[in-house]
Amino acid sequence: MSAPSITPRSAVANSVWPRLEPLLPQVAKPIQYVGGELGAVVKDWDTAAVRWALMYPDAYEVGLPNQGVQILYEVLNEQPDVLAERTYAVWPDLERLMRAHQVPQFTIDAHRPVRDFDVFGVSFATELGYTNLLTAIDLAGIPLLAADRGDADPVVVAGGHAAFNPEPIAAFVDAAVLGDGEEAVLEITTIVREWKAEGSPGGRDELLLRLARTESVYVPRFYDVDYLPDGRIQRVVPNRPDVPFRVHKRTTMDLDAWPYPKKPLVPLAETVHERYAVEIFRGCTRGCRFCQAGMITRPVRERSITTVGQMVREGLEFSGFHEVGLLSLSSADHSEIGDMCSGLAQQYEGTNVSLSLPSTRVDAFNIDLAQELARNGRRTGLTFAPEGGSERIRKVINKMVSKEDLIRTVVTAYTNGWRQVKLYFMCGLPTETDEDVLEIAEMAHEVIRAGRAATGSRDIRCTVSIGGFVPKPHTPFQWAAMAPPDVIDNRLRLLKQAVNADRSLGRAIGFRYHDGEPSLIEGLLSRGDRRVSAVIRRVWENGGRFDGWSEHFSYQRWVEAAAEVLPDFGVDLDWYTTRERDELEVLPWDHLDSGLDKDWLWQDWQDALGEYEQDDCRWTPCFDCGVCPAMDTEIQIGPTGRKLLPLTPVNGLRVPSGAQQ
Amino acid sequence: MAYSQGFTPHPKISYASAAPTGVASEAEYLEIGLRESVDPAALRAALDAALSPGLDVLDAVVATGGSLVDRIEAAHWRIELPGADPEVVGAAVTAFTAADEVFVERMTKQGRRTFDARAAVIDINVIMPDEAPSEAVAVPCAILELVVRQVTPAVRPDDVLSGLRVVADLEPPVSPRVTRLAQGTLTAQGAIADPLDAGRDGAVIGGR
Repeated sequence: MSAPSITPRSAVANSVWPRLEPLLPQVAKPIQYVGGELGAVVKDWDTAAVRWALMYPDAYEVGLPNQGVQILYEVLNEQPDVLAERTYAVWPDLERLMRAHQVPQFTIDAHRPVRDFDVFGVSFATELGYTNLLTAIDLAGIPLLAADRGDADPVVVAGGHAAFNPEPIAAFVDAAVLGDGEEAVLEITTIVREWKAEGSPGGRDELLLRLARTESVYVPRFYDVDYLPDGRIQRVVPNRPDVPFRVHKRTTMDLDAWPYPKKPLVPLAETVHERYAVEIFRGCTRGCRFCQAGMITRPVRERSITTVGQMVREGLEFSGFHEVGLLSLSSADHSEIGDMCSGLAQQYEGTNVSLSLPSTRVDAFNIDLAQELARNGRRTGLTFAPEGGSERIRKVINKMVSKEDLIRTVVTAYTNGWRQVKLYFMCGLPTETDEDVLEIAEMAHEVIRAGRAATGSRDIRCTVSIGGFVPKPHTPFQWAAMAPPDVIDNRLRLLKQAVNADRSLGRAIGFRYHDGEPSLIEGLLSRGDRRVSAVIRRVWENGGRFDGWSEHFSYQRWVEAAAEVLPDFGVDLDWYTTRERDELEVLPWDHLDSGLDKDWLWQDWQDALGEYEQDDCRWTPCFDCGVCPAMDTEIQIGPTGRKLLPLTPVNGLRVPSGAQQ
Repeated sequence: MAYSQGFTPHPKISYASAAPTGVASEAEYLEIGLRESVDPAALRAALDAALSPGLDVLDAVVATGGSLVDRIEAAHWRIELPGADPEVVGAAVTAFTAADEVFVERMTKQGRRTFDARAAVIDINVIMPDEAPSEAVAVPCAILELVVRQVTPAVRPDDVLSGLRVVADLEPPVSPRVTRLAQGTLTAQGAIADPLDAGRDGAVIGGR
C-alpha cells in the first residue's frame, strides 16, 4: 500500500492566499475562488519564461466551462517554459472585501496577482462582459487606460467573438486577436519570450509594435480614428510606419492536429455545464444572416470521426464526466454525424454516459440522431430553431425551412416519444412587422394541434423561446437598424396574447422571452466605436457589473451614461442602435479583416431585403464570400469513411493520469 | 462506483456529518457504494489522485456493517480567535460551562431555530498557544478546543461561539478559524475513537 501523504497547498511566493482566505467565509459560494480542480495546473513561477493570466469575464459558474479558455490554458501549459493560470470575475461581495483589504485580482490556480503576469488574456463571448473587464483590471492594480500603463503591467489582450470589433474597449486593452486562439497564443508567447530574453528592449511600446507587425494582432494605439462633422467615421489609419493597414483573423486548420481539451477542467463548484465538450467542427456556411459566429468562423473545418471518438474516450477517462456534448454551430451538418452518433451510442450503451447534440436544424434527421443518442434511456431535450415566424422573414434571414417542414419535424418528435420540444425564434429582425411575429403563435398552435392528432394524446407541450436580435459586425445585418425596445416589447405582448387566444392550445405552449432593453445595449456595444468606451467607463464607475445577468443589469444606468457622455461627440444611443448605415459609411471594424468581402456582405444584405436565399457552399458552388482566398484556407470536410470500433471495457480503478498532486 | 436505480441514477455516496462551509477539517468521513470489490488501498490512491490538493484521502476500509453515521458520535474542534485575549475567552468559557442551558439562534433550512448549545458540549478548554500563528506574530490569539456530541439539530462551532456571546458578550475581533481535528465514536473516557477502526480489525460496531 502506498503511504498516504498530505499534500499541503503549495507554498507560492507571490500568493495572495493568506490574505484572501480570511475573506472567503464572508462571501457566497467561496469554493469558486479556491482552485485546485482536476485538470488545473500550477507551475513554478521562476522557471517560466512567459506567464499568462487567462480570464473569462463572468462568474466561475459560467466561465469555467468555457471551451476557449480551457483550450488555451492547456495549449499554453503544455509548453515547458510557459505558465498559464485562470481568473474569473469576482462577485460584488468579494470585490468589496478585496478593496477593503487590498487584495488584488488573483488567479484561482495559485492565487497570484494578475498584475504579476506578462500577458492578461480575456476571452469575450459577449460584449456584456466589458464592465467585468474593467473591474478585473482595476482590482488587479493595472491602470484602467492602456495609455497609462507601464512596463510593469501585463499586456491586456482581448480575444473571442466580441474581439472582431474591439473598438468600444480599445481604450482599455493593449491588443486584440481575431479568430482562433490555439496558434495565436503560441505566436504571442514566442514574441514575448524573445523580447524578454533580449532584456525587454524599447519597453512596452516595442513589444506591442512587434505584436502588431505580425498583422494578426491588433494594437489599437497604433491606429488613429478621424470623424466626419456628422459623427460618422472618416477613416481609421495607422499612426506609425511598419503597422499594417488591416489586421487579419487567425484560422486554425486541421482540427485533428489540435485535439483540445485533452484534460478538461472538472469544476469543484456548480457550473452551467458539467460535461465533456468536443467541438466536432468549427465554422458554418449555412449563411444565416444574423449569425456572427457563422460568418466569422468560416470556412467549415471538421474534426474527423476517429479523432472525436478518441477525444471522447480520453476526456471521459480523465475527467469522469457522465455527459458528452458534441458541439458546433450546427452539429447535424457534420459529414459523418450519423456514424459518429451511432458509434458513440454503441460504445457507451449500458454505461452512465449520456450524449447530447445541440440540435437547431429543423428536419427529421435531427430526430434520428437524437433517437440514437437516447439509447441509454435518457432523452435530451429537442430544440428546433426556425428563428423567424413567417416564411417571408425566414427568407430575409436565410433560414431555409418551411412551416410544413417544421410541423412535420415536431410531430415526428412527438410520435417518437418526446413529450416536449423547444422552438427558438428571434424578435426585432430587419424588416420585421407585427404580422411576422404573430405567425409564431399560429405555428405553435399548429404544432400542438398536429401533435395531438398524431399521438392521440393531450400530454404534449412546446416551449416558444424568443431572443432579441442584435445586429453584429461582419454580418450582412451590420448595416441594419435595430427596432426600439418598446416596439419589441409590444410585439412580444401581442404574441403572448395570440398564443393564449386559444386557451386549450395556449395551455400546452410555454412562452419565454427577454425584453428589448438589454438587446439594445448589446447592440450599442457590438457596433460601437472608440467613443463608446466612455459610456462603458461611466457605467462601470456608477456600479455596472455582470451586465449579462438580468438581476445585475440596469438599462437605466446605460441610458443615463450614454446621455451624459455621447452628446460631446455629437452622437447618441439611437445613433448607434436604431440607425441604419449606408453602403459607403466607414464602419468601426472595417480595418479588421474577418476574410469576408465587404462587397459580398453588402450584396447579401441587399439579397436579404429582396428576400433572396443563399445556399450553403459545402453542397453548392462557392458564392464568393471571400474568406477562403483572403485567408488562404479551404473547406475541410469528410466523409473519411472510418467507423468507431466498440470499446474494450476497462476493468479496475482508473487513476487520472497527469492530474496535479 | 455503484449507482442508484431509476431515471437519473445517482452515485451511491453518503457523507456523515460533513463540516460546515468555511470550516477546515482534518477528519471527514464518507461511505461509497461500489459495483465490485476492490483493494481499499488502490481505491484510496485513485480517489486521492482525482481530488484537489488539500483534499487528501488518507485511508479506506471495507464497511463491515452498521452505518457510518452511527459511528460518528462526537467531533473534536479547534477554534482559533486571532486578536482575542485568552483570559477574556477563558472567563467566557467558565461562564458557559457553568450554565445548564445556553440558547442560541441560527438560520437553518427550516428557518430560524432556537436551540441549546450547551448540553452537546462535552468538553471545552482554552489552550495556551505554544507559538503564535505564523502570520499573526505578536498578535494575541486565543485557542479553544472542544468536544461536541453529534445531536439534532447539530451544534456547530459557530453555535458555541454564539453561546459564548450570549453568556459573556464575547465578540471575536476577526473571523475565527475553525478546524475539525477528529470525529468518531465516543469512548467511556470521553475520547474520540477512529470510526474506521471497526473496519480495520473486522469487528462489528454496535453489534448490529
